[in-house]
Amino acid sequence: MKEVSFRILSNRPLTGEVFEMKLSGDVSDFRGPGQFAEVALPGFFLRRPISAADLGENSLTLIYKTVGKGTGSMSRLTPGAELSILTGLGNGYDLSRAGETPLLIGGGVGVPPLYLLAKRLREEGKAVRAILGFNTKSEIFYEEEFRALGAGVTVTTVDGSAGTKGFVTDALPEKPGYFYACGPLPMLRAVYRAVPGAGEFSLEERMGCGFGACMGCTIETASGPKRVCRDGPVFRKEELLWGK
Amino acid sequence: MGKMSVDLCGIELENPVIPASGTFGFGYEFAELYDINRLGTFSFKGTTLYPRFGNPTPRIAETPAGMLNAVGLQNPGVEKVIAEELPKLRRVFSKKVMANVSGFSEEEYEKTAALLDKEEIVGWIELNVSCPNVHGGGMSFGTDPDRAARVTERVKRAVKKPLIVKLSPNVTDVAEIARACEAAGADGISLINTLMGMRIDPGTRRPILGNVTGGLSGPAVFPVALRMVWQVYEAVKIPVVGMGGVTSAEDAIEMILAGATAVEVGAANLTDPMASLKIVEDLPRVMEKYGIDSLADVKGAAHHG
Repeated sequence: MKEVSFRILSNRPLTGEVFEMKLSGDVSDFRGPGQFAEVALPGFFLRRPISAADLGENSLTLIYKTVGKGTGSMSRLTPGAELSILTGLGNGYDLSRAGETPLLIGGGVGVPPLYLLAKRLREEGKAVRAILGFNTKSEIFYEEEFRALGAGVTVTTVDGSAGTKGFVTDALPEKPGYFYACGPLPMLRAVYRAVPGAGEFSLEERMGCGFGACMGCTIETASGPKRVCRDGPVFRKEELLWGK
Repeated sequence: MGKMSVDLCGIELENPVIPASGTFGFGYEFAELYDINRLGTFSFKGTTLYPRFGNPTPRIAETPAGMLNAVGLQNPGVEKVIAEELPKLRRVFSKKVMANVSGFSEEEYEKTAALLDKEEIVGWIELNVSCPNVHGGGMSFGTDPDRAARVTERVKRAVKKPLIVKLSPNVTDVAEIARACEAAGADGISLINTLMGMRIDPGTRRPILGNVTGGLSGPAVFPVALRMVWQVYEAVKIPVVGMGGVTSAEDAIEMILAGATAVEVGAANLTDPMASLKIVEDLPRVMEKYGIDSLADVKGAAHHG
């Protein structure tokens, strides 16, 4: 963990409620995809935990949904502004378990950390397949960015306005392989039930500190209570007790 | 440079800054960021006799200038704290630590405190009779003068280290409770624990916190905390440790002027992991600005015209 002052390079809407913020600053504390940042917003007491969607030499991309006043104010920040961000938080995905044909399953704002994962896996020459689930056509984002990486992309929408109609679990391949999933809890639980093989889930929880001090985001796991922020946010399938 | 050291119940603190229980874990995680020996001391995570998972999530909600928490005393239980957490702490901390103790019966408080009292690294026992997030324990002991006195008296008999009783602000007359604890043998008083509050999500029409209510902390509570430190300083002769919304060296000085011997820093640690260290580093400058040569000399100065 490292506190870094970042400068906003751009901050643009991807859909009605989802924004992409690009920042420049020291990202040396990030070890890989699945880790997150805690963003301090002027006028708000707690920081906002947001996963890294992309990392460059000296740049960070955050994709966030405007769910409340804090993220609403974040969407109005303009290029040039400085933000204090805690970097390199949490444990990311384990790329060593990917196999040759990893499957990435993302829903809504669970899609962003999978973009950085897809990028890293493609760099390793893996045949990445991605299922990206959204409610409706107007909420789709980053489909082209995933394709540009050379990933095989399947989009699902609940209302059928684009791609396969239904949920991400309606578009699962016959041989899923090792999977990485990130999205809303009901989607993750559905994936947990639908995919028989091994994989990893990235969880979301309301956090206090984001670095393991307050015990605000603890869940029960197969190996006892774990803090989503410090021990996660990525957990292996066998760690989660959703089948119990 | 002015003198920052203070005497807390017979143990000298190099400076009066103490990260508060529940915001600093068992210290070693912050030791990855800086040398935690630069702090006066810290109060470790509230420990109970048996392991506790705590409350269901969400446990955290934001508020204007602060936050609510309803963690509910998650901790591995006193045996594991002694066997696993304190050895990790010893590797990074050479000072005496404050052991924060909670419970659900007088007997639990007594047993837990007695076990921690035997640990060399423990300098003080901070008796948490003020946690608002558990049922049938914690705060129910600290909101009634007779119950507070009984648990204080019983724990005092079982320990050799100084006993500091941590009080709740969720009472009509905090001075009365403080006096009752002093009469029962407390060596110090710390206050305030969090103020009970809640938030509702209009979208779901349900309380945000899994526990429905939680404890409010952060800058929003600072004036309330300062007022209560002021009242308790006038009510008792034993040292008072002030806390509640302290986020700066200026806040710490206000607490000391109100009568605090030392100052705990809570919620600020959660938004800035360096917050407590920054206060330590900033104190000399702020002391000089206000012409303070020694913090101990200005303790309670606001009470005398």
